[in-house]
Amino acid sequence: MLIRHKKPSDVASHEITPESVYLDRRRFIQASGLIAGSMILGAPAGQAAVMPAKGGQFADVTKGYRKLGENDTPTPFESVTTYNNYYEFGTGKEDPAENAGPFKPQPWTVTVDGLCAHPGTVGFDDLIKPHALEERIYRMRCVEAWSMVIPWVGIPLAEIVKRFEPLGAAKYIRFETIVRPAEMVGQRSAHILPWPYVEGLRLDEAMNPLALIAVGLYGQPLLNQNGAPLRLVTPWKYGFKGVKSIVRISFTEVEPKNTWREMNASEYGFYANVNPKVDHPRWTQATERRLGGGGLAGILEPRRRTLMFNGYEEEVAHLYDGMSLTKYY
Amino acid sequence: MSAEISPASAGAFTWDRAWRGALKPVVFVLCLMPLLWLIVRALTVGLGANPIEAGIRYLGDWALRFVLIALAVTPLRIATGWNIVARLRRMLGLFAYFHVVVHIFGYVGVDHFFDWAAIGNDIVKRTYITVGMMALVMLTPLAITSTDGMVRRLGGAAWRRLHQLVYPAAVAGVIHYFMMIKAGYQEPLLYAVILAALFGVRIYKKWA
Ligand code: HEM
Repeated sequence: MLIRHKKPSDVASHEITPESVYLDRRRFIQASGLIAGSMILGAPAGQAAVMPAKGGQFADVTKGYRKLGENDTPTPFESVTTYNNYYEFGTGKEDPAENAGPFKPQPWTVTVDGLCAHPGTVGFDDLIKPHALEERIYRMRCVEAWSMVIPWVGIPLAEIVKRFEPLGAAKYIRFETIVRPAEMVGQRSAHILPWPYVEGLRLDEAMNPLALIAVGLYGQPLLNQNGAPLRLVTPWKYGFKGVKSIVRISFTEVEPKNTWREMNASEYGFYANVNPKVDHPRWTQATERRLGGGGLAGILEPRRRTLMFNGYEEEVAHLYDGMSLTKYY
Repeated sequence: MSAEISPASAGAFTWDRAWRGALKPVVFVLCLMPLLWLIVRALTVGLGANPIEAGIRYLGDWALRFVLIALAVTPLRIATGWNIVARLRRMLGLFAYFHVVVHIFGYVGVDHFFDWAAIGNDIVKRTYITVGMMALVMLTPLAITSTDGMVRRLGGAAWRRLHQLVYPAAVAGVIHYFMMIKAGYQEPLLYAVILAALFGVRIYKKWA
């Protein structure tokens, strides 16, 4: 298991905002052994919390996977945080950014159950802290034929899976989004989707190094509209696989019934691998619109060809050897 | 369409005559506002992260709203006795068609940049596009036959029969909206209810 450790250079790189001063003070207090002081600041005794102070950046993020094409410019923060599909906060693209304010992503616990050696309920820090945070820049392709390039902060899902030691019978992993209608307006209507939102992966997909549990983007904690405090990112699959605000992880023998497939099995499958050759009844999957900062440039930008497995063929194609991707879409 | 009585016939100025004369130009300018607002926003604050989608949807909304507004003229006249509103019907219908055309241009010319193969594929494969296309096919002859000359050439009865096509076209517009949505149907449902109410008034009038 990887242990987080601070590099001296990190301190200097975060000294721009008052929040970082706050963080540095915490480091100083810990370094001087003033454990009581760190408790006042809200972290467990002797440990810094994973989450930076409000508005701050994560400390100690190593640069991870970032294989990008020539035309893959990261989508601006503004677009990534104002154009979201997160029906728990409303069905419009701007609804999540507008409605997610009251949602409280901390404190947070995740229940791990099913076919694994160490079921139980873990706090957010206990879940994330033992692992090194990485920044990974991935393309994200939505089933609606638009795409973004997003610098995520997170940890490999494989590391979490290993920690809970799935049993031999476990074939799938199932994720559940929190149900909190008091803070999530969309959930007050049962007509939108059946809650909770459920997604899943085959266990070998979950173990693929690309699968990420994201806790942030652009160096800072996920905003509520992006699935705070933790969500799944599987860049070779359509965006709806990226279940947000996860409260439950289960290891199962049977294929999880993911929400969109339950809603409309002819349009959404379990695998949902990005595939320009398998069309969707509503959107062509052959091309996509890459989103940048909007504006006139966004109007004039032509569509681009969608890549098999969203361009991650080399990393994931072997998972589907001998499988019909038309049948298992 | 009822023949129009020219308000500009000789006579002294009266307020009544003035507002009757102003009604059409004022409504005309008002009807230009949604598109103007879209253009101003596109050129200033922008239309968000996905401006093309935002524009197409905005224009689709207004296309359907104008269809419903045009259909509301007769019920409004019946309900209020304001016969003057009948004069607005043709203009409102043409504004509906205008927004349909710009909406479709957004899809054909801006989103797909005249990639006819992809567009043809969409029309065949994507049912909501097929239904939108059907609405367009029904609305086009109505726009073409909207001139006084055409009304005369067709004759009132045939013209009226032809223009009944606006009802299935409106229904197709609402269905098109329903079908493009993945989940959460409140908005198209609202349009469906309004359309049903407008039908209701006409049916009631026919039988009452
Ligand atoms: C060939 C004909 C048509 C085509 C190709 C077309 C295309 C489209 C497209 C691409 C969308 C957006 C889908 C998306 O963003 O996922 C849309 C939405 C829409 N269209 Fe059309 N359309 C057509 C005709 C019409 C007509 C005739 C009307 C109205 C009378 C109409 C009203 C609407 C409405 C209300 C929406 C939804 C707007 C919203 O989401 O708020 N469309 N159409």
